[in-house]
Amino acid sequence: MDATELARWQFGITTVYHFLFVPITIGLSFLVAGLQTAWSRTGNEKWLKLTKFYGKLLLINFAMGVVTGLVQEFQFGMNWSEYSRFVGDIFGAPLALEALLAFFLESTFLGLWIFGWDKLPKKIHLACIWIVAVGTVLSAYFILAANSWMQNPVGFRINPERGRAELTDFGAVLTNKVAMITLPHTITGAFLTAGALMAAVAMWHLVRRPGRDTEAFRSAVKLGSWTSLVAMALLFITGDIQGKIMTEVQPMKMAAAEALYNTEQPAPFSLFTIGTLDGSRPVWSLDVPRVLSFLATGTFDGRVQGINDLQAEYAARFGPGDYTPNIPVTYWSFRLMIGLGILAALLALWALWAIRKGRSPSPHRRSTRLLMWGMIALPLLPLAANSFGWIFTEMGRQPWIVFSQMKTAIAASPAASSGDVITSMVVYTLLYGALAVVEVGLLLHYARAGLPDVTPPPAAESDEDRPLAFAY
Amino acid sequence: MELSTLWFLLIALLFIGYFVLEGFDFGVGMLLPVLGRDDRERRVLINTIGPVWDGNEVWLITAGGAMFAAFPEWYASLFSGFYLPLLLILLALILRGVAFEYRGKRPAASWKRRWDWCIVFGSVVPAFLWGVAFANIVRGVPLDAGHNYTGSLFTLLNLYALLGGLTTVALFLTHGAIFVALKTTGDIRHRANLLAERLGVCAAIAAVLFLGATLLRRATPAAVVLAVLAALCLVGGLIANRMPSRTDPQGRREGWAFAGTAAAIALAVASLFADLYPFVLPSTVDPLTNSLTVTNASSTPYTLKIMTWVALVFTPIVLLYQGWTYWVFRKRIGTSQIPEEPAPVPAAGGRTA
Repeated sequence: MDATELARWQFGITTVYHFLFVPITIGLSFLVAGLQTAWSRTGNEKWLKLTKFYGKLLLINFAMGVVTGLVQEFQFGMNWSEYSRFVGDIFGAPLALEALLAFFLESTFLGLWIFGWDKLPKKIHLACIWIVAVGTVLSAYFILAANSWMQNPVGFRINPERGRAELTDFGAVLTNKVAMITLPHTITGAFLTAGALMAAVAMWHLVRRPGRDTEAFRSAVKLGSWTSLVAMALLFITGDIQGKIMTEVQPMKMAAAEALYNTEQPAPFSLFTIGTLDGSRPVWSLDVPRVLSFLATGTFDGRVQGINDLQAEYAARFGPGDYTPNIPVTYWSFRLMIGLGILAALLALWALWAIRKGRSPSPHRRSTRLLMWGMIALPLLPLAANSFGWIFTEMGRQPWIVFSQMKTAIAASPAASSGDVITSMVVYTLLYGALAVVEVGLLLHYARAGLPDVTPPPAAESDEDRPLAFAY
Repeated sequence: MELSTLWFLLIALLFIGYFVLEGFDFGVGMLLPVLGRDDRERRVLINTIGPVWDGNEVWLITAGGAMFAAFPEWYASLFSGFYLPLLLILLALILRGVAFEYRGKRPAASWKRRWDWCIVFGSVVPAFLWGVAFANIVRGVPLDAGHNYTGSLFTLLNLYALLGGLTTVALFLTHGAIFVALKTTGDIRHRANLLAERLGVCAAIAAVLFLGATLLRRATPAAVVLAVLAALCLVGGLIANRMPSRTDPQGRREGWAFAGTAAAIALAVASLFADLYPFVLPSTVDPLTNSLTVTNASSTPYTLKIMTWVALVFTPIVLLYQGWTYWVFRKRIGTSQIPEEPAPVPAAGGRTA
């Protein structure tokens, strides 16, 4: 493999890994803020216990999100210096704004929230976690604005002398229609993930530790499951709009998602395909008529361009070359994203059904054992769905790194040798693997530990030797 | 003033903020096995920086982002050229960040000991390599006509750069020791004071040698003035560290001492940047054509203008709330204030079914 290929693998590995933590952080920070608000409003101690319980899971995640995010920022310069030179005038600004406007907010106020239980007035302490939550969305917005520019470059001109893209309209970059729809889709995906995590952990306790904090965990199952269900509904709506915008700005990506080789009108939606996806041999596939037309264009008889036509069109426009992304990867990642998400929502529904009207699943029933397997899968499914969503988005753009402007093949760093990139890939992969073991171990440990005992924070400003409310 | 020059100053400011703030974080991390004699003392040390280290690290992320946005060529050449040292820095920062969060999450002594070593490694390595990196930036590196780095790892490990690394380590150790003295009570405070005295002498020698060597290569008047001021502040800080406190006869004037080391680090970094200007990454091969300067490395005026407005509005806000954090957590802590850890969780169980 050459350095470009290695750098692509590294980007894939580090990004997918980073994005295991991000959605949990985004969704859980809001849910924890909600729990603490409920405590502040009602004074009911169960909310405080849940706040502290899920807060701890949030923190274990947050640490990993922060440190793996560092790698993401540095990676553009380290592995993709030609890309950075080409787009820095545009792409760098959202990254800088993310740091200045969002990261400072998140990390500073999270520190205040963790350590400030007895040092801040109750309302200000509550505000801290809400600020963290808002910060995570701001963060997501800026990074998605940057990514969306790679999908649909706007507000720029090419300067042939400097050989780079230059910003002409920052407003256009910030209001890129791809960013505007990717943000809600990503955020709702985060809520699906965090809700699933919350519901699954709570359900585990209801079944395995009946009688302990039952009321609190019932509330958590309900909150988590409803969050996931509502999120899934919103994912459908946002995903649908996103599909139409994608068809408009990156028709090849839509064709690749469907392995649609020939332009069709109306176009059927392929549920799944058995056989080759390269279009050379006939394949057996299960199709739903006209649905792709609707997904892509909004009408049931809309015309959807196929890969072959688009390839010919791009070759005429950009010169000879292969403009088709990897079809099996795009086709299957697209389906897995949707399918796993739906499956997660169904499991959340099952959890709600299992505790309906004050019922609790009996530990002796066979269906309960099945339910527990479902609960183990519940948080994993949306995590995988998120990953496949990103793999689809990024692989579907290939061979472009910036759609229609710069090819991935020329974007890597000339100064970084294959040896450099291999070294870093091995280091990251080993480190990330080891940290995953530690992180999962800790999450399970604390998820299993159950709700903490909470003593109301002592009145502030008493004696000097009073232990801190929280210390590492 | 040209906007590109303004952004050169802002990036210098971000790195100054980073080194002053994370400097004491690194110092505390490096001193963990030295000043912390048992687990409780080590917890005191970690908790002096607990609420703030994360926010401090964002200064680096912001500096990196600002470099990318304002000087893409600088960002691209530097980060791809300094590949392996940066990889090590990232590795160290990852281990360190995770270690702070995770070390107290299990009661076993072996668990904690392992994370403690991650904290030490994660503090020494960046403290040293940042010095190496900045020394090389000021000294210049081989860049070809495409501004790509053509040297190897060993090009970066020259004597001058190694001296730079030792200087940052010594400075951050002193800064960290004084920070511990400022933030703790009792025995740790006393030991930190004494340690700072000794470390401070090493730091002063290293800093004078390194800044001297820098100015011998190429001296601009501003760089000379700033370097001299840095040395004076460091000496002032060390003197304050020996003077008895007015309110507490056991203590020293740690507030002034800390202000001294903070100013010394700030001025030393400023001196390096002043020496660098108008270059951002000089080339040792064909310096006239291959070097990166504030002009040929910068973004367009339009991008810089937008970024300037955002920075002017939001930087003061960030400074305000970060300052407020330090105010909220201003109290000294000691071993008696470290709460007991939560009772260990029953292994795998407590199953009632």
